[in-house]
Formats: sequence, structure tokens, C-alpha cells
Amino acid sequence: MTLLTVDDLTVGYRGPNGLTPVVHQVSFEVEPGQVLALVGESGSGKTTTGHAVLGLLPANGQVIGGRIRFRDQELTELSAKGRRDLRGRAVSLIPQDPGVSLDPVRPVGAQVEDVLLLHTDLDRAARRERVHELFEQVGFTDVERRYRQYPHELSGGMRQRVLIAAAIAADPELIIADEPTSGLDATVQKQVLDLIDELRARSGTAVVLVTHDLGVAADRSDLIGVMQGGRLVEAGPTARVIGTPEHPYTRKLVESVPSRIDRRPAGRPSGDTVIEVRDLTKVFGRHTAVDHTSFEVRRGETFSIVGESGSGKSTTARILTGLTRATSGRVTVLGADVTALSRRGFRPLRRDVQIVHQNPYSSFDPRFDVFDVVEEPLRAFAPARWPWKRRAAHEDRVLAALEAAALPADFAERHPRELSGGQRQRVAIARALVLEPTVVVLDEPISALDVSVAAQILALLRRLQEDRGLTYVFISHDLAVVRAISDRVAVMSNGRIVEQGPVQDVFSNPQHEYTVQLLDAIAGRDLLVGAR
Amino acid sequence: MRRYLIRRLGQALLVLWAAYSLSFALLSALPGDAISNRIASPDSGLTAESGAVLLRYYGLDQPLWEQYLRGIARAARGDLGLSLHTAQPVQDLLADTLPSTLALTGLALMVGILLAAVIALAVNYLPSARLRGLFAGAPSLFASVPTFVVGILALQYLSFTAGLIPSVDDGSLTALLAPAVTLGLVIAAPLAQVFGASIRTTRSQPFVHVLHAKGAGEGYIFRKDVFRNSSLPVLTLLGLAFGELIAGSVVTESVFARDGVGNLVVGAVNTQDLPVVQGVVLLSTTTYVLVNLAVDVACPFIDPRVLVGVTS
Repeated sequence: MTLLTVDDLTVGYRGPNGLTPVVHQVSFEVEPGQVLALVGESGSGKTTTGHAVLGLLPANGQVIGGRIRFRDQELTELSAKGRRDLRGRAVSLIPQDPGVSLDPVRPVGAQVEDVLLLHTDLDRAARRERVHELFEQVGFTDVERRYRQYPHELSGGMRQRVLIAAAIAADPELIIADEPTSGLDATVQKQVLDLIDELRARSGTAVVLVTHDLGVAADRSDLIGVMQGGRLVEAGPTARVIGTPEHPYTRKLVESVPSRIDRRPAGRPSGDTVIEVRDLTKVFGRHTAVDHTSFEVRRGETFSIVGESGSGKSTTARILTGLTRATSGRVTVLGADVTALSRRGFRPLRRDVQIVHQNPYSSFDPRFDVFDVVEEPLRAFAPARWPWKRRAAHEDRVLAALEAAALPADFAERHPRELSGGQRQRVAIARALVLEPTVVVLDEPISALDVSVAAQILALLRRLQEDRGLTYVFISHDLAVVRAISDRVAVMSNGRIVEQGPVQDVFSNPQHEYTVQLLDAIAGRDLLVGAR
Repeated sequence: MRRYLIRRLGQALLVLWAAYSLSFALLSALPGDAISNRIASPDSGLTAESGAVLLRYYGLDQPLWEQYLRGIARAARGDLGLSLHTAQPVQDLLADTLPSTLALTGLALMVGILLAAVIALAVNYLPSARLRGLFAGAPSLFASVPTFVVGILALQYLSFTAGLIPSVDDGSLTALLAPAVTLGLVIAAPLAQVFGASIRTTRSQPFVHVLHAKGAGEGYIFRKDVFRNSSLPVLTLLGLAFGELIAGSVVTESVFARDGVGNLVVGAVNTQDLPVVQGVVLLSTTTYVLVNLAVDVACPFIDPRVLVGVTS
């Protein structure tokens, strides 16, 4: 018997202009024990669909039409109490973002116990016993200590394990996993997904896996449903959808996966050394963020630093751009020893060394329109003689920078608020280019973007490098992206560079055990690369 | 935790000293004092000699800095000096009036918290949006009507017109009720506002969404998670509202003619009875500092993350 049948589901949100549908006539079925991956980019309606199944739409959300059948119950007609009884017991949720999904002021054990308190008759001792058992199942040792810990004492991966323990506490038949690993490091993501797989294999629970990551979907699902603009545009067995996508949007998604983007030709010519780092160390209090690292970056190449959160890669980037001072070691940028420079002394270098951040919007002055944002570096380095004529004086250079970043000239009048994530990142790139720098430090420039947008930005960055001979220092946690753009790569872990070399060597013949782990953790690696 | 406590206690002592010194400086800057005024007044009948004796008796003939140092040394030993007006020890005067004020502020605090909680819950949980809106307007109404207006209106209607409550303090609970409600309204306003907003913020947190997904109802979620998470800002504000309560009790006691610390200080200011004013300043500062210290100590028990921020 089919476990979950979603038939012609239409969901809308009430806004100032009435009810706006965001999910249109979506239909799919999930059999017991199956994994259905709902894949799509932001705004595709995949999360809304998942939440409609749970009956947990936001206050202004509403199922407009269609049916959701769970076993023999019609969920859309169920009373509030009936749904509460089902939630957590028969259908449970593994939420997105474990960092904010646990109550910060209660021990994590009690939060798993909630489910037992709500849905079973177990007494206090039996509940605690069961929580210990669940904690063992999700891979914790020293379960009693874990029970009493607070969320802030646990890492992101451990918090997600707690949430998984809560989701499986009442042996549900269906789990809605809403982006369960976005925001986690690649190796942690792999552990968490392995855990979900393992628990599912043991209990035969069905899973609806909501994800933006086609790689994750390819690795972990039996069926894939591709969503775009609130519609399910393609659905079918995973191997078929990935191998021979029928809908143009699915094809575009598959092509955009970073591990499928063409690698750059090996041995691209590179010039003299522009950045030289020797024995760089940065200590924050008792914590050593960067520990005796050394590397060189040559003119015209892309040098990538890859690592997980806390590896010291962003601190390294901040030192290169003069935003933080090194504790010891030598950093030479374009012939100047920046470790000896004061903030003021670094200033002339900023013309040549620009940075692009992961989240461009927070690096824009909220009062500025796009023109002002892009013009800001010019105001600092080439102030117009008559300040009230600055717009006219700088117009040519700003428009040229926008054009270089593939943005139409009329964007200059818009406000960053009105732009999409990809467009904002283009504005940030235009701002970095307007001074015609030599070196651009890119700190996770595409991590917050949807895959198809990320692929476009990546292509733009490559083109700009070829046209202008730019040197990139590319900071990323994503090995697939790094492979697509780098000439040489350094792998960082706990403040140290464990391995560095030409990108082909590191990827095809990794020397360090940590690099091997990272490569193993790339989601969708086999299926996607194999399909070519 | 111990270092945190010691640091907080040090700060508290500093505040006490500053309050004492500042009030001393301000009161000394005023021309005259209770004794000099009496001597100067033509119908006091005091001769120059007996005036000088009086001044010497109270130590008012000494230079200011000596008066200040002696005062501080005495206060540290718990001796607040003699009233210039009645010649009673100030600590006795305070001990006589304090119980009445404590009863008033204590009841007012309870009324305020209760009222604030009812409003905050109503604003967040009532099923009808119109009713929620109605309650949402209550705090600004309370805050914008001054204490003395509410007090005088309450007296007018409840005592004089309806005769429900006595108009002067006869020691009964009903006599206490009207001033306590009057005073409670003042602190209920900010508390309700902050508690209401805090509940709203907490309820929009992702972890509350997860609790719904566990099958929990609103009551369960409020008891287990929302209440504790949203009480921290309220607790901090409660410490601050205590100052409001002390200030408000002066006005309320005057309006309702109650013999409390508030009335004592009003009389003392009128007669420039410096030691009494200083005694009241010290007393209210001590209470305020202690309450806020208690709040700060309680915070880590409500939210374990507070202490992490302190030690690191």
C-alpha cells in the first residue's frame, strides 16, 4: 500500500494582494521504505511542499487544492488535534539548520524526550532509557553526559544527530528531511547522510528528502522530483533522471553541478610570484587559527585554499587583504611586506588587492544604489575634483565595471535590495573590478547561490581572468567548485596546509589522508562524473 | 561564576558610594540646612549661642569635606546620623516607614507582573486578531497616563463616590489595593511590551517549528520552551522597573496620604533635612543594586549561554 500520495496539491500564501499560489498541482507517491528527493533551487516550492505534508505551513500559508493521503488518512481534512497526533509519531521532520532548531536553554536529551512524552506512555525512567538508546543509535558515546548538554556545547554535526534522534524517537513511517545537511561541512554532511541511510535501512522508514543539491539527491534517493517555480517538472527513478534528463530545466541543473563543469586545461601559463607567504601564524587568544603556513601565488593563476569551517582559510584571506594582522611570519603581496604594514600603510595596496565576500548584500551600504556601491572604491582612491559632479566623473568607469560583470547599464539606478543573490554577487564583482586590481581574493563567492546561478558566476570569473590576466585567491569549502576553477590548490585543516600542488595532482593522487576524506565526501561524485 | 559574582559586588559598592557622594554634593550645594533655617527664622526664638550649640551638636560647623568623610565612615557602620528635624536616628525613621512602603511596592510588583503576563499572553495567543490588537494597545495607554492622575481618579471614584475603599491608610488590605494597582500599572506597561514582543520573537524561532513537528501543542510549547526563552529580557527589565517602582512610590504615597518612605523623603526635602534624604537615597540605591544583582545572578540559570559570554 502506498504510504504517501500527494495528488494535485496547490498551496498558496496570503499577501497584501490576496492568495498567491506558490506550489502548483504537484503529484507524487512514496512507497514504504523509499527515498524521494525533491530537488530545486530557492523559491521552487520544494520546502513548502514538504511542510504541507507535515501540515506545518506558515500562518499565511494555505492548501488551496488537491489531496495529501497518508496511508488511509486524508491529511487535508484532518482536525488540528488529529494532525498533532500524527506529527512526530508517524511523520517526523529533520529540519534545516541544526544551529537554530534546538531550544538553546534546555538540555538536548530533554528535547529528544519531548517526542516520547507527547506520544508514548513511558514513565520517566523508561523515557530516559529510550533517549540513551537513541543517542547510541545516532553514534554518541557517553550518552548520559550528552543528555545533559546544551545545544551550544555541541558542534553542528552533533546537533543534527540530536535532531535525527528526535525524528526517529517514535519509529515514524515517514521522515521529511528538509535540507538536513546544508550548512554542514562536507565530511560532516557525509556522516549525517550515512546515518540517515543506515537508520532507514534498519527500520524501513520512507524519506522525503528536500534538497538543493543534486549531488546529494543522486547519491541518496530512489526517486527524484525536480521542482521549478512551484511545479514538479520532472519525476522518476533517480538513475534515469540524472542519466537521461528529459526536461530542459533538469538538464540545466545537471549541467550546473560543479563536478560536471569542465576543468581548466592543465599547465596554464603563469608569471612571476605576486603573493608569497612564509610561516604565517595567527593566534586568537589561546586558539591558533593559522599555524605556520607557506605558499606562493603566481600572476594570472587561480590559487585555491580549501578546507572546512574553522580550518583557518578565511583568516588567511583576511591577512592577505590586510583586514587582520598576522601574529608571526612573512606575507609579501606585490613585493610589499604586508606583515610590517600598518592599516594606513596597507592603503595603497588596496587598489591592487580586492576582495569579494560570500554574502555581498551585507557588504553593501544599505543606503547606496548599485552605482554608489560600485563607485565607492573610486571615491576612496580617485576622488572627483568636484564632489557634486562625481556621478558624471565616474560614470564611464562604473558602467564599464558593470558591463564586465555582465550587468546591464540600467542596473546602476537600482537598489541592491531589488536584486537576486546572483545579481548582487555580480555587483560585488563589479565593485572589486572598478579599480582594475591585480589580485582578487574570492572568499566563498558562490557558496550562498543556487547551482545554476553559481555556474554562471564561475564562468564569469573564468572569463574575467582570461581577459584581464587577474590573479585569484579562491577560498572555498567545496572541492567540486575548486576543481572547476583552480590551477593550484592548498588543502587546509586545523590551521595547517596539509597538502598543496597542481589541481590535477591533488585530485587524482591525493597524498594526505584528510584530502582523501574530503574527496570521498563530495556528494554525487560517482554518478555524475560517471554519467559523462 | 565566583569571579563574576565578585566583580558584580565590586560594581555594586561603587554605585552605592557614587550615589552617596552625588546626593551629598547636590544637597550641600543648596543654600542652608534645617538647623540654619531654624536659627535664621525670626520666630524660632533661638539665641545665637544656642544656635551655635545646635550646629556643633549636629556637626554642621565642620568643613564640608570633614562632614562628608565622617558621614561615609558612619554610614559604613550602619549609622545614618540624626534627623535635623526630629533628632531621631535616621535608621529608626526608616525602620518605622519601611514596612508600609514594602507592602505597597511588593503588591504593586505582583499586580504589575500579573497584568503584564495577562496582556503579553493575550496579545500572542488570543484567537481573534481584533482582540489581540485591542490588548496590544494597553501598554501604551498605561505608560502614557501619569501615576498621579490614575491615583487621584481612583480616589475620587472608588473612595469618595463609591465608598469602596478607605481614602486614608487604615492598615487594611483594601486600603492598600488602590495605591498598589495605581503603582502596578506604571511598571506593567514596559513589562507587557517587552514580554509580548519576546514571546512573539521566540515563537518565530525555528526550534518552535521543530516542536510543532514533534506534535506538541501551543500549551506544551509555551510551558517547556517559549516561557523560559522569553523571560530573560523581562527579568532584566524587571530590575530596571524596580527603580521606577521606588520613584513611583513617592508620588503614590503622597496622593494616598500613606506614611511610607516616600512621604518621609518628601517631608525631608521640604525641610532640607539632609541626613534623612541621604538615608533614603542610600536605602533605595541599596535595594535597587541588590535587586539587579539578584537578576544578574539568576540569568545564567535561565540561559546557560549567558555564563559562556562572561567567562570567555
